[in-house]
Amino acid sequence: MSDSKPSPCIEIHAVDKIFGSEASGYRALDNVSLTIKDKEFFTLLGPSGCGKTTLLRMLAGFETPTRGDIYLHGRNVVELPPRARRVNMVFQNYALFPHLTVAQNIAFGLEMLDWKKPQIGERVAKMLSLVRLEEFSARKPAQLSGGQQQRVALARALAPQPEVLLLDEPLSALDLKLRKEMQSELKRLQRETGITFILVTHDQEEALAMSDRLAVMSGGRVLQAGTPEEIYSRPASRFVADFIGEANIIPGEALGRSGTLAIRPEHITLGAGTPARLRGAVREITFLGADTLFEIAVPHGTEILKIRARLRGRAPDVEVDGHVWLHWPDEVEWGVDG
Amino acid sequence: MRIKPALGLLSPAIIVIFIFMAIPMLIALAYSFATADAYGGVTMPPSISAYVQMLFTQDFDGSLIFTTSYLLIIWRSVYLAALATGLALAVGFPVAWYIVCQPPSRRRLLLTLVTLPFWINTLIRTYCWILILRDEGLINKFLSWLGAISQPLPLMYNQGAILLGLVYTFLPFMVLPIYATLERVDPRLIEAAFDLYASRYRVLRRVVWPLARPGVAAGLVLVFAPALGAFLQPDMLGGGKQLLLGSLIEMQFTSSRNWPFGSALAVLVTLAVVIALIAARGRKEAPAR
Ligand SMILES: Nc1ncnc2c1ncn2[C@@H]1O[C@H](COP(=O)(O)OP(=O)(O)O)[C@@H](O)[C@H]1O
Ligand SMILES: [Mg+2]
Repeated sequence: MSDSKPSPCIEIHAVDKIFGSEASGYRALDNVSLTIKDKEFFTLLGPSGCGKTTLLRMLAGFETPTRGDIYLHGRNVVELPPRARRVNMVFQNYALFPHLTVAQNIAFGLEMLDWKKPQIGERVAKMLSLVRLEEFSARKPAQLSGGQQQRVALARALAPQPEVLLLDEPLSALDLKLRKEMQSELKRLQRETGITFILVTHDQEEALAMSDRLAVMSGGRVLQAGTPEEIYSRPASRFVADFIGEANIIPGEALGRSGTLAIRPEHITLGAGTPARLRGAVREITFLGADTLFEIAVPHGTEILKIRARLRGRAPDVEVDGHVWLHWPDEVEWGVDG
Repeated sequence: MRIKPALGLLSPAIIVIFIFMAIPMLIALAYSFATADAYGGVTMPPSISAYVQMLFTQDFDGSLIFTTSYLLIIWRSVYLAALATGLALAVGFPVAWYIVCQPPSRRRLLLTLVTLPFWINTLIRTYCWILILRDEGLINKFLSWLGAISQPLPLMYNQGAILLGLVYTFLPFMVLPIYATLERVDPRLIEAAFDLYASRYRVLRRVVWPLARPGVAAGLVLVFAPALGAFLQPDMLGGGKQLLLGSLIEMQFTSSRNWPFGSALAVLVTLAVVIALIAARGRKEAPAR
């Protein structure tokens, strides 16, 4: 801690994971490298099956990399079992011990670390108040709602004061309203504890809303890592552009240029009169409350490009089957690979 | 009104239970209150002499003298059955745990191996143990061939041999229910325990064992009940030198021709098993409160 330049919390270096034999096995992780800073809220985002859980389990110590190294505060941990790492995990379906009460569940890790009884009692009480479950300490997990079980799982994993907390799709089993609540709850817990959180999710909105930084994964690889703003405004590839938010992919030739460019629906404005970059016919108008979504068919050679524009409020004088001009300023478009 | 179709569906089961379980028990209960007939059957009038016989012998003049000989047999039987049950648990739990930890294809193979003995008659299997344990048996032959012993070891006709026979015969009844509960334990609970700094021993002690308790309780009853009434193993491996309840009951229906006393002893065994069952259920439910 006295280091002037502290080593990053986690360094994942060129990690491969192959399930089964090298030749015919399944490659779940492919040359993954990431650096995660201390006290950061970091998210692994990607579609189902892209290797997020595998990477998380590797950090916890349940899987070993086929190749590559993982450093936790400068120490290589690939050979260490889970109990030798100061890392705790919140499991996808919580994995609470059904035979123990809420308080006993939270105390479990502390007992395993051979804490003294009074300290355990103190710590458990503190964790219970942190997750606001004081009245439920004597209940069994089966007597709690999903959201409450979730908070017990959080308290149990935070109680031993780990260096890193791993969360595997912690909110996916909750309904929408509860999920929003838990999102801010998680942010609050991370702020109050100052522990590095690593969250796994396939929900891009969740990832953007919660993370300090995130990594977008696909097919066992990290496609891009950065802050939500960086990734949203400058996705490095078509996949990222499409996965994070929504993007219209437009071949350059349609605009008399080379390459391919991407543009967000909310950056397009529509005009009936003044000529602009593209012209098309409105196919569909969907009123979304604050926004209105337009689907516009733009002819391009023999094909028709479907372009989506999202406008604040209700756009005037544009009707279905009417023709419109599409405008956007230069700075909101960016080039993507094929 | 809703109960009727359910009862209709259940009626075959109820009939089977009634014919094969309730009726024999009721007959045994009735016989235990009858009087022994000189030719081996039972006659009227009803009496409780069969139960009195457990604690008292009749003197020549007809007065009752308290005797511990049957009590001793009962005690020895309970003691041996309990010991066999304990040993079966000590062996069966690790076996069940080992099987659960294997990949699914290995599990099926190992489970088949556990149930394999059911395919061979118990009498034959017990006889095989005689071939292994007797003075000219496999073990003694092998040890003397090695030159480790000059005299054959007395492996048969003692309580150790009886215990071995009981544990061997009833072990699957311990392994299978424990396996069934362990198989349903969520592996993530075990990972969670490891994640929370538990050692292997503590994972077993604090997570696996408590969750396996219902299976353990079932296994205890399933081994204790037949072990208490067993007569094959005590007769064949124990040489009938030390009388146990099972052999005693069998004798009452064969050589001694005292059906009421045999029935009374059988009722006693049944009662003991029922008590064990209730105790096992109590243990299972207690921690849930
Ligand atoms: N133990 C395993 N054996 C074989 N394949 C596995 C194993 N664990 C995961 N996989 C495979 O690795 C891929 C990535 O899985 P996972 O990390 O769980 O994805 P995610 O969490 O992103 O949905 C999946 O295709 C999965 O089938
Ligand atoms: Mg997953």
